[in-house]
Amino acid sequence: MPANFAFPTEAEYIRFLPETILILMGTLIMVLEGFAGDGHRKGTHKVALFGLFLAMAAACYAGSNPGPAFSDFLLVDGFGTFFRMLVLTVGILAVLCSPSYLSRERADSGEYYALILYSLVGQCILATANELIMVFIGLEISSIATYVLAGYLRDDKRNNESAIKYFLLGSFATAFLLYGVAWIYGLTGSTNLAVIRQYLQTSATADPALVGLAAGLMFVGFAFKVSAAPFQAWTPDVYQGAPAPVTAFMSAGPKAAAFAVFIRVYITAFDGIAETWLPVVWVSALATMVIGNFAALTQTNIKRVLAYSSIAHAGYVLVAVAAHSQIGTAAAMFYLASYVFMNIGAFALISHLSRQGERYVQVNDLAGLSQRQPVTAALFAIFLLSLIGVPLTGGFFGKFYIFKAALDSQLYWLTVLGLLNSAVAAYYYLRIIVVMYFHEPGHATESLEEPAAGIRVASLVAALAVVVLGVAPSLLLNVASRSSAIGR
Amino acid sequence: MPTTPLEVYFPVLVQALLGVGLALGLVGASSLLGKKLKNKIKDSPYECGMAPQGSAEERFSVKFYLVAMLFILFDIEAVFLYPWVVVYKDLGMIAFVEMAIFVILILSGFFYIWKKGVLDWSQISRIQRK
Amino acid sequence: MDPILFAIFAGIAVVCGIVMVTQRHPIASALSLIGVMGSLAVLYLLLGAEFIAAAQVIVYAGAIMVLFLFVIMLLNAGAEPKPLRSSYLAGFLGVPMVLALMGLLGYLVKRSFPLDVTVRFGDFTGGSAKAVGDALFRKYLLPFEVTSVLVLIAILGAVVLARKEMD
Repeated sequence: MPANFAFPTEAEYIRFLPETILILMGTLIMVLEGFAGDGHRKGTHKVALFGLFLAMAAACYAGSNPGPAFSDFLLVDGFGTFFRMLVLTVGILAVLCSPSYLSRERADSGEYYALILYSLVGQCILATANELIMVFIGLEISSIATYVLAGYLRDDKRNNESAIKYFLLGSFATAFLLYGVAWIYGLTGSTNLAVIRQYLQTSATADPALVGLAAGLMFVGFAFKVSAAPFQAWTPDVYQGAPAPVTAFMSAGPKAAAFAVFIRVYITAFDGIAETWLPVVWVSALATMVIGNFAALTQTNIKRVLAYSSIAHAGYVLVAVAAHSQIGTAAAMFYLASYVFMNIGAFALISHLSRQGERYVQVNDLAGLSQRQPVTAALFAIFLLSLIGVPLTGGFFGKFYIFKAALDSQLYWLTVLGLLNSAVAAYYYLRIIVVMYFHEPGHATESLEEPAAGIRVASLVAALAVVVLGVAPSLLLNVASRSSAIGR
Repeated sequence: MPTTPLEVYFPVLVQALLGVGLALGLVGASSLLGKKLKNKIKDSPYECGMAPQGSAEERFSVKFYLVAMLFILFDIEAVFLYPWVVVYKDLGMIAFVEMAIFVILILSGFFYIWKKGVLDWSQISRIQRK
Repeated sequence: MDPILFAIFAGIAVVCGIVMVTQRHPIASALSLIGVMGSLAVLYLLLGAEFIAAAQVIVYAGAIMVLFLFVIMLLNAGAEPKPLRSSYLAGFLGVPMVLALMGLLGYLVKRSFPLDVTVRFGDFTGGSAKAVGDALFRKYLLPFEVTSVLVLIAILGAVVLARKEMD
């Protein structure tokens, strides 16, 4: 019996409070759904929103008293709190743009919101996980809920295709991650990130080749979750097939959480063997940017364009990881925050523009949107400009900080190639803006109704965040720099 | 007093070998000793029976899948109960609360599927529910 | 005795694994998978992980195999047709290359672990249900509780994805 064991204190329960609230609210929604029986109903999303705001308050409160919890399984620090807030914001925005979409598709049921809350439980755990076991469980919770969400409209063939591809490839990638975790445990005798770090720095018994192999296996798992090359192939098909609000959610939340845990594991545990994995991240970052941007050039489907753009953006974040410095971590955090807002805003508008059965998802279907719905077109343009990285948007400062961090770490080639990539990227984003503003309205835009209230709120909030981050980036950057000191 | 796993589980091994041996022995003995007659009348369905039509491989209802899925989930819950039982005395109330949280969460899932009619196989009550 | 048992059941596991892949009928594959699961349980037992061995039999060889069989029947998957022509090149090159890869990996593992850290039968005694319970309900309390969320997601997912066909 472990003698030095103590049962969790009150402070530790508070550090787990956001997840607890999400679990309780998710279960409440599920039980309510059971009472409601069959048929469509409205209002479940309000319960979900309430739970999400409550969890956000709890995350703030938990962050005010940082420290480890539950035998070091969680570590609530600035970094973790930052990402907790980020994924919860994603949850709120995704829930806001879902009800109108779901009732249009006659699938307005509570399971959807329960699954989103459960998925966020996993992502919050990922943000604060300090143990490889917790990393694995968090990743499984987050992804399995997302697999189901991707196939939520059962009658839709694209949904089914998306869910099955995501599920099969995702499980395969998680298996690699788990195999890597097993190797690490066998080599170092621990799954705690701090202990692994210490072991790798002090002990000479672990063969660097084997540790590198284990870190590589884990990289496969993480690279899949953040859709980094060469494990990005699933992204366009899955993003295209899933319902638009779900795509909004899964292109932002799980991705940010996976990046959080990826950065934490590699900077904390594998810092001692950085010279083995940094070249891999370097190559992967470059390949991800190139594949994402060049493949997006020829796409005609907006969801696929944004899927490839999402791959490319994962590449930019990987550049920040490859910088391997505290500035780099802060840059990655800032970039992910601005990426989340612009991406979820864009997909929120797509869930409005696509109409029932997602009939209108071609770039040309947006022709003349500015004449029919100037506000929608303007908001969409803001998100696209931010994705390009035009000044006065969050995307600009995100890229700026990332390439600055890369230059500080003497990654000149990666910086030059990354900047060239952003120039290429401008083409396919601008093409959409040109179609919206300079083409004559087609029949697709003529039948367009006013956006639902939830989508309006979500896209306005996201656009506001993008602009604020572009005008006053120091607001968030200061927070990010303060919280980026992990593992040091 | 047996100490190594091998000694402790030796009876299980003997049991398993006995089981396999018995099964193989019975099947083998009957195929060795039994009479084998094969002709058209012997292979046809018994006298007044219906002549079989189509394939015996029919597509199962998805309900079976759901039941099997639920079986796994509650099986996993049951597996967690074994280690819980043996340390219950040492931990007392805390162990009770821990397991209570776990079981209540899963039971709320059970409540959900019950109310959703997943366990309801009769067509009539499904229609009445609507 | 232990190494002999290990060799026997490791052999059964490998053979059943190969049979599982090469069988044309999915039911036959599933049945050979039971062989793999059962022999793995014995291997766990030999290493002293008694609880894992029991869980392996209860959950994997029991419940999960039932699910596999139901899914095969649900899909009504019959025997696969024979491939028109099998690639001899794959056979000639594949087998030696797999063996070479295994040999290399084995060499790497053997080289990197000194003799005093290798596994010896009977060394590990912390695998009983009591030891697992002690760890699970003290140190690993959080992962244990959070697992219930995974179970809930599985319930929701099964109902959401299968409900269309039920109605």
